[in-house]
Amino acid sequence: MATITSTSSRWDAFARQWRRGRSGYMFLIPWLIGFFALTLGPALASLYLAFTKYDILTPPVFTGLDNFRYMFLQDYRFRQALQVTFTYVLWSVPLKLGLALLIAIALDKGTRGVDLYRAIFYLPSLIGGSVAIAVLWRQLFDRDGLTDQLLQLLGWPPGTSILNNPDHALKTLIVLSVWQFGAPMVIFLAGLRQIPQDLHEAARMDGAKTMQRFFRITLPMLAPVIFFNLIMQTIDAFKAFTQAFVVSAGTGGPIDSTLFYTLYLYQEGFAFFRMGYASALAWFLLIIIAAFTALTFLSAKYWVHYDDTR
Amino acid sequence: MADLKLMSVRKSYGQVDVIHGVDLEVNHGEFVVFVGPSGCGKSTLLRMIAGLEDITGGDIIIDGTYMNDVDATDRGLAMVFQSYALYPHMTVRKNLSFGLEIAKVPRDEIERRVAEAARILKIEDYLDRHPAKLSGGQRQRVAIGRAIVREPKIFLFDEPLSNLDAELRVATRVEIAKLHERLGATMIYVTHDQVEAMTMADKIVVLRNGIVEQVGAPLDLYNHPANLFVAGFIGSPKMNLLDGHVADVRPGEVDVEIAGNIRVSVPVAHRLAKGDAVTLGIRPEHFLRAGADAANLKLTVDFVEGLGGETLVYGALPGASQPVIVKLDGQHRIENGTSLSLAMQPDQMHLFDSNGRALQRASATAAAA
Repeated sequence: MATITSTSSRWDAFARQWRRGRSGYMFLIPWLIGFFALTLGPALASLYLAFTKYDILTPPVFTGLDNFRYMFLQDYRFRQALQVTFTYVLWSVPLKLGLALLIAIALDKGTRGVDLYRAIFYLPSLIGGSVAIAVLWRQLFDRDGLTDQLLQLLGWPPGTSILNNPDHALKTLIVLSVWQFGAPMVIFLAGLRQIPQDLHEAARMDGAKTMQRFFRITLPMLAPVIFFNLIMQTIDAFKAFTQAFVVSAGTGGPIDSTLFYTLYLYQEGFAFFRMGYASALAWFLLIIIAAFTALTFLSAKYWVHYDDTR
Repeated sequence: MADLKLMSVRKSYGQVDVIHGVDLEVNHGEFVVFVGPSGCGKSTLLRMIAGLEDITGGDIIIDGTYMNDVDATDRGLAMVFQSYALYPHMTVRKNLSFGLEIAKVPRDEIERRVAEAARILKIEDYLDRHPAKLSGGQRQRVAIGRAIVREPKIFLFDEPLSNLDAELRVATRVEIAKLHERLGATMIYVTHDQVEAMTMADKIVVLRNGIVEQVGAPLDLYNHPANLFVAGFIGSPKMNLLDGHVADVRPGEVDVEIAGNIRVSVPVAHRLAKGDAVTLGIRPEHFLRAGADAANLKLTVDFVEGLGGETLVYGALPGASQPVIVKLDGQHRIENGTSLSLAMQPDQMHLFDSNGRALQRASATAAAA
């Protein structure tokens, strides 16, 4: 008897709880469905698929570590994709952050119309990642494009498209990415405004000139913001896809010179229907990004100082 | 150590003048305090000397060199900020040595100076900590130490004690005064606290609305305020100011009648005419308790504060709207609402004309009324 009462009262309590929180849970449902069905589910499925041979049309066949063995030991395109992506990350991230910081410092000087300039400089970040802009860039740099015509004026032979030149294609994509410096710039600008004015004045009284103040006061004080931007931009750069896909029409060409890791992964999965291998590639990218992020975090204690005096 | 000369120094922001032509000479090794109410321009003037603010007009000369166009980085001055402005990402040691490293002072010399400053300020134990790990008082010491190590021509202090609690403020005040004695350096100190000004300064500069009201030694300002503003600003509690008019003029002496038909004789050298409006000033500590028959002043007591060593009596004279504070030595039993018989010390009275300017006293030994 006693157990029945206790069970039913527990059920009553649960029902009361549910009635009280019902509308809250209802609001949560779309998000929960999205998370479980569209994010966690596919992620876990791809973890399993990474150890299978799967062509989408027939059921996956478990193959153990075969995918990874092939990846590390035989696949030269995998190596090329890694090289392209690392080159891209190592160039575009520092360049973009450097430019963002430079512009932020210029805007921080309190010139007239800062808000307008900030909005204008932010614009490329809003539209720059879009397919439309990538198409525009392709028109600019392609054979018979605007740059091609300009180069011809300077005496270059016709038809030397930058995007069709394996030596320059990746550089062009790096420039395209650096152009989207808006997001880190806005964050840098906020960070610069957080540095108390009297620190700059104290450094001036200590005899520090503009550049000395920049390297010994501004940069160290900005370190937490630089750290944040560095991590976000590195992750973004590893995931770069759209521009490479559009300018090379999905081939990663010319001669695999823009074969970004994500593009290669996409080709394996959706062009060659080797979904198992593509899953393995995806999980390895996750490990690379995690490792980079962890390294950045580990290094932080040597160069990031959080101001907790105030 | 250096001397400083300001000649007609002006500052304006657009149409608004904040400093109106200040002339000032500061000698080698002097401790000068700029004092005045908030917004009087004292901090702005200090920052102009530092080079952190441009000057709109006039000249700033340090040791005979025109500094108008010399950047703050090259003036060779050191400043202690109200907020301390310690570099949060550097240890105390680095905070102290930063300016010396910038100046490319040899390493062993830097170490010697840092150690010396740390010893003077008793911060040797915190040298390897970051500012965040220090208390307010310790941060203040580091800020002062950062100035000391640079051996500047002039030390500038911008309200350095205002973030400390009362007890620490008094202790640090004494230490800064001692430090001045020990280093013999020229120091300019900004404060709104007239007690700090009185206790530390060799020379006080009283500022109001960007104008120098009076410059002088602390006791000169106390004994001979040049005008009503200085009279009211220097001294605590404030000088009592009573409106009146000249009732009679005799050689070297005038009779002033204040509210309640009270007549007081004041020894002043100036020519005044009968009927001139004047303000009579007397400090709270310059009243005497008198016998009921002899006194011509009867104060109606509103409130009494017994502080042990002294007693403050708040009240009003009959017929007068202006309140009066009386400071009596020692302890007195005085009931609220009673009448207190007082006398004034005539040689301690101040008389101001209708423009608020002080009228010079005939002589300190003038006979009592």
